Amino acid sequence: MDNLAELLHGFTIAVTVPHLALMAVGVLLGILVGVLPGLGAPNGVSLLLPLTFGMQPVSAIILLSSMYWGALFGGSVTSILFNIPGEPSSVATTFDGYPMARDGRPTTALATAFGSAAFGALVGVVLITFLASWVAQVALAFGPAEYFAVYFLAFASFVGMGGAAPIKTVVALAIGFAIAAIGIDTVSGSVRLNMGIDELVKGVSFVVAVMGLFGIGELLVAVEEEFHARAVSSRIDWREVFRAVGRLPRHGVALLRSAAIGCWMGITPGGPTAASFMSYGIARRFSRRGRYFGTGEVEGIISPETADHAAGTSALLPMLSLGIPGSATAAVMMGGLMIWGLNPGPMLFVDQKDFVWGLIASMYVGNIVAVVLVLLTVPVFAALMRIPFVVIAPLIVIICVVGAYSVSNSYLDVVMMLGFGVVGYLFKKLFYPLAPLVLAIVIGDKAEDAFRQSMLMSKGSLGIFFANKLVTCLIVAGIALLLLPLVLQLARLWRKPASPTADTTSQEKVII
Amino acid sequence: MGRTSTFLLSAAATVLAGTMPALSAWQPQKPIEFVATAGPGGGTDNLARAVQNIITKHKLTEQPIVVVNKGGGSGAEGYVYGKASAGDPYKVIFGTSNAWQQPLVSKVAFNYTDLTPIAAMAQDEFLLWVKQDSPYKNAGDYLKAAASGEFKMGGAQSKDTDEVLTRMIEKVGKVKLTYIPFKSGAETAVQLAGGHLDSHVNNPSESLGQWRGGTQRPLCVFSPKRLPQGPKVTATEGWSDVPTCVEQGLDIKQYEQPRTVWLPGKVTPEQAAFYVDLMKKVQATPEWKDYIEKTSQVDTFLTGAEFDKFIKEDLEHVKQVAGEQGWLVK
Repeated sequence: MDNLAELLHGFTIAVTVPHLALMAVGVLLGILVGVLPGLGAPNGVSLLLPLTFGMQPVSAIILLSSMYWGALFGGSVTSILFNIPGEPSSVATTFDGYPMARDGRPTTALATAFGSAAFGALVGVVLITFLASWVAQVALAFGPAEYFAVYFLAFASFVGMGGAAPIKTVVALAIGFAIAAIGIDTVSGSVRLNMGIDELVKGVSFVVAVMGLFGIGELLVAVEEEFHARAVSSRIDWREVFRAVGRLPRHGVALLRSAAIGCWMGITPGGPTAASFMSYGIARRFSRRGRYFGTGEVEGIISPETADHAAGTSALLPMLSLGIPGSATAAVMMGGLMIWGLNPGPMLFVDQKDFVWGLIASMYVGNIVAVVLVLLTVPVFAALMRIPFVVIAPLIVIICVVGAYSVSNSYLDVVMMLGFGVVGYLFKKLFYPLAPLVLAIVIGDKAEDAFRQSMLMSKGSLGIFFANKLVTCLIVAGIALLLLPLVLQLARLWRKPASPTADTTSQEKVII
Repeated sequence: MGRTSTFLLSAAATVLAGTMPALSAWQPQKPIEFVATAGPGGGTDNLARAVQNIITKHKLTEQPIVVVNKGGGSGAEGYVYGKASAGDPYKVIFGTSNAWQQPLVSKVAFNYTDLTPIAAMAQDEFLLWVKQDSPYKNAGDYLKAAASGEFKMGGAQSKDTDEVLTRMIEKVGKVKLTYIPFKSGAETAVQLAGGHLDSHVNNPSESLGQWRGGTQRPLCVFSPKRLPQGPKVTATEGWSDVPTCVEQGLDIKQYEQPRTVWLPGKVTPEQAAFYVDLMKKVQATPEWKDYIEKTSQVDTFLTGAEFDKFIKEDLEHVKQVAGEQGWLVK
């Protein structure tokens, strides 16, 4: 109960007028950078960082972390309304969020996303409050082999998933891995696959790939299919915001499962992106309405959003207690800590109690401030859907071009983004799934590094993946997820060998 | 961020500059871009932002300064960008010794000769770290145990400073170590805390929190003399209590990582002189002292011939190690 006393002390620090004001400012700025693709939380936080040098560390971290919460919420807005994920971790939200918004229910989609995100974040904070010391120990148990096992699990939860033909999923994954391999290789230090273009040494930025694949790709499809070319006549209904949030408890199982996945991935630290993908994949597998995923299912929004925020929140814990940032934004904040003269690490909890518990208390308050503010903005954002396509389409192109350029002020990125747009279009037309491609681009190189580090450690023996209970469990779970659809299909074949492809045509429509 | 705002600012600056008497041979007339050859949060990024902050606070130049991160390809992205900006005195590149080390071992499209050296502003020290509960009391014990050939040494990046030092330890200590590259020093420190590695050679700031927290401890520092007296890190020890590696029989006298500042190539000597002077002014501020102390670095300032000499010497040394390891690219 020591933690509880510390937390109450933390609240006395966090709940003061200047700090509440900082939270509101941080959240609003965060929503802004989250909504504008290409800016994103890491860039937003690094832009604000110099302003904080003169502040008290606890005020500074409250401002920056509130901005982070705001950006996480804001990132979901563009994913749902325009199919452009503002943050890597909100890619999975587009799969069902965008179809639902297109279907004339943007208010429901946004409110559901924000409500479940807030739930995920709160679970994350509660976990930090009560299990801080235990969690730090768990994270330490993760060496390269364990990291690889976690990534493997994330991939496995996706590969065998229904929808696209497994072979198409594998092709998409392979292309993603190849793109992730571009640039300098961590393990050998040499330049790979830069195709003679000097600038490609930096690798392909995730933002560039995603804005092309989703934003531009979707636009091309929309231009072709006329039904998109009209504005969605969504009624703006305040009550729908509350109704959507009120309906959330009906999906209690999905909420709890996703929060658990999110916390686990945040701590370990697989990060919010892997968490949201994995949560979506698993929800699709286990939900009763799994076959409708991709057409605007409520649980298809709840699962990635809850996991994303649970992971984003709990990722701050390894940062504080171990000095490993669980996300890019956490890495920037950690740089801030050093500049403020604090050293992330186990002693922070002993030496800087005011700072740590002030921050944790501010996570509770900050998230509540954030969710209230974003729910208030739902009708405003939903109204954006009423703007006719002829106006929105050029806007999307501008957003994507500016977003891609601003990643590293590079014209090459704009060209690549447009190239990815064509790839995205082709994928849609040929019924290839985009999700595995994106997942491989985001965590492909991390998985590769972890695998090769493990191989260096074990001198080439695969035995390292079965060396202890933790890694064995993760690998076995991954293999089980991978084989499950195969086993199910065999079982079905066994029962009625006549028409094994009965429902593939209906499934092709829900490829994501 | 708009071309327009840059344009307006530079237009305004030109008007202002026209009304002011010329203070020295060259003054910047538009906003300056600081290019950190590392992602946000790393040591190089911290340096660029600290310098930006000091310049802005003390109004050392009239022009606004923006920091951009180009850390892709272990920093190569930033250097390639610097090379492509030849003749542009409004791009200042912040890096480390990888400006001259990376082109040796990897086919990157730049060399340090494409850039104009301004200064080496600080030196980061290297230490040999082991897990807190490991039985080794000094570098000698460590080397004896490492003779088994089963030791895993972690470090940031491949064929970069950490691995070069690892290979030097192998040679001097007559041991064989398995080097495992990670993305950053912070990541390496956590892997050691978790017992997945036997040792690493982090800079002080990368493992400071871990030392205080009792997950790992330094055996020795790769420096000719002990580090300066500072505040205690743990209850009983501070940086000055760490013996030098030479004292303990690991004969590597000096190994340091300079934090370097560059301009693109083909700038005029007056333009380079302006930035040398600017960095000198930065170094004289109390905020700089504060930054150096908080990050546990050593304050140095090498410029001109001294800096050139330092680069040449380091280059020779790295070439030798890289040659022995077969890393050199043709």
